[in-house]
Amino acid sequence: MNAPAHPVVAELRERIQRLESGPARRRTTLPFGVKEIDRRLPGGGLALGALHEVAGGGDGVIDGAAAALFAAGIAARTRGKVLWCVTRQDLFAPAIAQAGLGPDRVIYVEAGDEKSLLACFEEGLRHGGLGAVVAEVARLSMMASRRLQLAAESSGAIGIAVRRWRRQTEAADFGQPTASVTRWRVTALPSTPLPVPGVGRARWQVELIRCRAGESADFEVEACDAKGRLAIPSDLADGSGEKEFRRRRAAG
Amino acid sequence: MVLAADRAALRAGLHVGMPATKAQALVKGLIVKDAEPAGDTQALERLALWALRYAPIVAADPPDGLVIDTTGAAHLHGGEGAMVKTMVERLAASGIAARAAIADSWGSAYAFARCAARPVFVVPPGESAKAVLDLPIAVLRLPKDMIDALRVLGFERIGELASKPRAPLTHRFGPELGRRLDQALGRLNEPIVPVRPADLVEVRRGFAEPIGAAETIARYTSKLVTQLCEALEAKGLGARRLDLLFHCVDNRIEAIRIGTALPVRDAKRLTRLLCDKIETVDPGFGIELMSLAVTLAEPLSPRQTISSLIEEPETDVSGLIDTLANRVGESRLYRFAPFASDVPERSVQRVAPTAPITGETWPDHWPRPARLLPNPESIETVALLPDHPPVTFTWRGVRRRVKRADGPERVFGEWWKRDAELIAVRDYFQVEDEAGERFWIYRAGDGEDPDTGSHRWFLHGIFG
Repeated sequence: MNAPAHPVVAELRERIQRLESGPARRRTTLPFGVKEIDRRLPGGGLALGALHEVAGGGDGVIDGAAAALFAAGIAARTRGKVLWCVTRQDLFAPAIAQAGLGPDRVIYVEAGDEKSLLACFEEGLRHGGLGAVVAEVARLSMMASRRLQLAAESSGAIGIAVRRWRRQTEAADFGQPTASVTRWRVTALPSTPLPVPGVGRARWQVELIRCRAGESADFEVEACDAKGRLAIPSDLADGSGEKEFRRRRAAG
Repeated sequence: MVLAADRAALRAGLHVGMPATKAQALVKGLIVKDAEPAGDTQALERLALWALRYAPIVAADPPDGLVIDTTGAAHLHGGEGAMVKTMVERLAASGIAARAAIADSWGSAYAFARCAARPVFVVPPGESAKAVLDLPIAVLRLPKDMIDALRVLGFERIGELASKPRAPLTHRFGPELGRRLDQALGRLNEPIVPVRPADLVEVRRGFAEPIGAAETIARYTSKLVTQLCEALEAKGLGARRLDLLFHCVDNRIEAIRIGTALPVRDAKRLTRLLCDKIETVDPGFGIELMSLAVTLAEPLSPRQTISSLIEEPETDVSGLIDTLANRVGESRLYRFAPFASDVPERSVQRVAPTAPITGETWPDHWPRPARLLPNPESIETVALLPDHPPVTFTWRGVRRRVKRADGPERVFGEWWKRDAELIAVRDYFQVEDEAGERFWIYRAGDGEDPDTGSHRWFLHGIFG
């Protein structure tokens, strides 16, 4: 979290947080373990007991593959079982296991329609014994998201809504306001170059589009490893790579 | 007299109703067995008890039928059609040739089960009364001499009988004819007296005044559950399946069924599961009797809990699993488990969410796509044979140039499954286009021998 400029601002922030989180407990966070990302998030990580939204960029709007892996990586780093709600099942479980979320931890629910999907999502968040609840939803109204956010607050589980639409045009829905705490967009980038022909570790453009009590930011990261952790690509880690690249572009 | 004959006997020219001596004279080496009506009835009762797994209200319909009220029970078994289909298949597997039909009333379902050409027949809701008109009058559940007398008068189909004035018919044949006709047309309600196993744990509550409000039902449900849990505790059992039956004043029976993944004796949890479903009950003019029964029970003994001093206890999610399973259906709630197969779509199997944790996972040699298309989609490619990835490919009308690729990963067909897979081969490649999107594509065949596959390319999955 950015150091507040003024003690008054810090005090105000604290008061707002107290008002928001209710009397029960202090909200804790789940850090990404990547300081560039954690620095931008209030509390130094993804808030537990809150709703987060993830969508894909480009064609990912429809397939939601990168978004699902991003969510799996977050869920893998929580404790306890994970509930994954879908309307139609096309996840390939070995890939989810490769993102660190083993098959023993995930329970899938195949809800018939969006309405019962949201009901299952809320039920999972309210239960309290789960580490994370992931749901693949297309439409998320303000009221529905508010219910989910309250359910997550009451139990402390992390709720991840993977937004996924049937058509590219419907993705404009992602601009609508919801009660979620953060909103992310994950787009596939060309993979890490290898010295030999082949496909290296996948890279994503992760955009933090909205963040309550924080600012939006963009990151270029390497996709989840076998423990669900992201990483900053080594050629960008100190920022020199990008700078050098820009300089070269400017020169050429 | 021949009372029943199997398919081979029927083919040999026997028919039900022919004298047994004549049948023996007709077919050499005929196996004749004495009829045991009492034994048949008992077997039918046993079959009715078996069918309790599908729905709470089941009764034997002698001499040769079962009647099941599927209201509110079918969705837990994948819909009405799927439910009766599995039921007929299960019966066929145990050597019983069965025919089944689902219709709006007992009478029409009886008629369709005996007349429909297909062994499994589902009439869309609300259309039974119209569809039943075309059926012959023999399936009206009337005495045989009455059917014969009606035939003499020229009646063949139910529709012809239904369109005639009722009074002269009743005058001649008695009230039974009109009653059966109304039952077949769904105008007259016909209660099913559910079959109950002998050692059933059941609690009942009758009301002096019929009740109807949802809150009242919930209150008495909770009282019944508490009573039931005490009864279960005395026996050391836990409930796996509970049926709550509401006997209404207008002679209908409404039912709620819940199932649990593990045996449960927790009154609060069971009450919650039952109360979730109260909205599906139509009390009509009021409920005069509620009965709660455990139709499936398993031993449940107290267990020692892990102290938080030693290790953090794993929270129990079976309560959540029950809630969700009763809402969306048991088959829609699952975990994926590894299955020893190299063919991607066969490498995962669904297991129950409460299945024991094995700690097994998939081999991690190659990256796998996050999304696997249910059916591989054909793509147009420009590729060098035999073992190069495509240079470009076109999927869903978008042409993509392959920037990087990995592969091939060869997957051989499983010859023990199908003959066609004896030499079938798929070569999988992971390809990345210029925008950085990664796909999992394969070529059917090894690129050299046309017997191993068509050499067409398919897109099978999308990496994140």
